[in-house]
Amino acid sequence: MSVQINVTGEVVTAYLGGELDHHTAKEMREAIDSAVELNMPTLLILDFKDVTFMDSSGIGLVMGRYRNLLKTGAELHIMGAPPQIYKMLKLAGIERLAKLESR
Amino acid sequence: MQITNKFTLTLPARSSNESFARACISAFATQLDPTIEEISDIKTAVSEAVTNCIVHAYKEQVLGKIYITAFLQDNNSIKIKIRDKGCGIANIEQAMEPLYTSVGGERAGLGFAVMESFMDSVKVSSVVGKGTTITMTKKISPRISVNG
Ligand SMILES: Nc1ncnc2c1ncn2[C@@H]1O[C@H](COP(=O)(O)OP(=O)(O)OP(=O)(O)O)[C@@H](O)[C@H]1O
Ligand SMILES: [Mg+2]
Repeated sequence: MSVQINVTGEVVTAYLGGELDHHTAKEMREAIDSAVELNMPTLLILDFKDVTFMDSSGIGLVMGRYRNLLKTGAELHIMGAPPQIYKMLKLAGIERLAKLESR
Repeated sequence: MQITNKFTLTLPARSSNESFARACISAFATQLDPTIEEISDIKTAVSEAVTNCIVHAYKEQVLGKIYITAFLQDNNSIKIKIRDKGCGIANIEQAMEPLYTSVGGERAGLGFAVMESFMDSVKVSSVVGKGTTITMTKKISPRISVNG
């Protein structure tokens, strides 16, 4: 599990890596949330390019970030989702909450 | 239907064992020559069931045990049973509804929906106070051999 944060102007990008499950979600969530609190972005990008596995804990993470961003009116984009992860995100209907791009 | 191979695994309900359970089932299912997508579907479904044991059955506190049994069958299918001795489910129908979760916050309520979508069949049997058993099967599509 890894999270790398990049801040450019009002955009925070979180590059997620490794396996995203119930065991790793908490640490990922905390890293993302502290970057959002610190930088108050108008756009949060979650980059899934290097995520090798994700179950519904990852869906919970995306939905939770979406709910937090609603408070400030910021947008959420999901980028780079590999095929299996894209399939999970579609199953959850995430494209209704966030711009969703596959790899 | 004949069973051609089998393994059983008993694990303490620790979250670090979620990835271990996935790795085991993936290594076992490989014997059926699944595609990357099929393996990923099976791993994800197992991850859902195992996580539910940890989060719901044992409430992330009691270090109960998770019992996993997997069978390969001669119709090129895999059958997986995941059992806990936790709190049980009072209303299975409600629990299986997409987006239903008994714990708010960071859970999507999609675990059962994922299992049902990624596997061919999912059966849930549960007794309140005794525990829950999830039985899932998936048929692996035959692949055309490159060597003829
Ligand atoms: N092994 C179990 N023991 C007791 N209750 C369970 C078990 N598995 C599932 N449940 C109940 O069924 C509900 C739905 O499970 P499901 O996996 O679909 O969603 P979730 O675990 O709440 O959220 P998600 O899986 O998206 O993180 C749970 O909230 C819980 O109340
Ligand atoms: Mg679940």
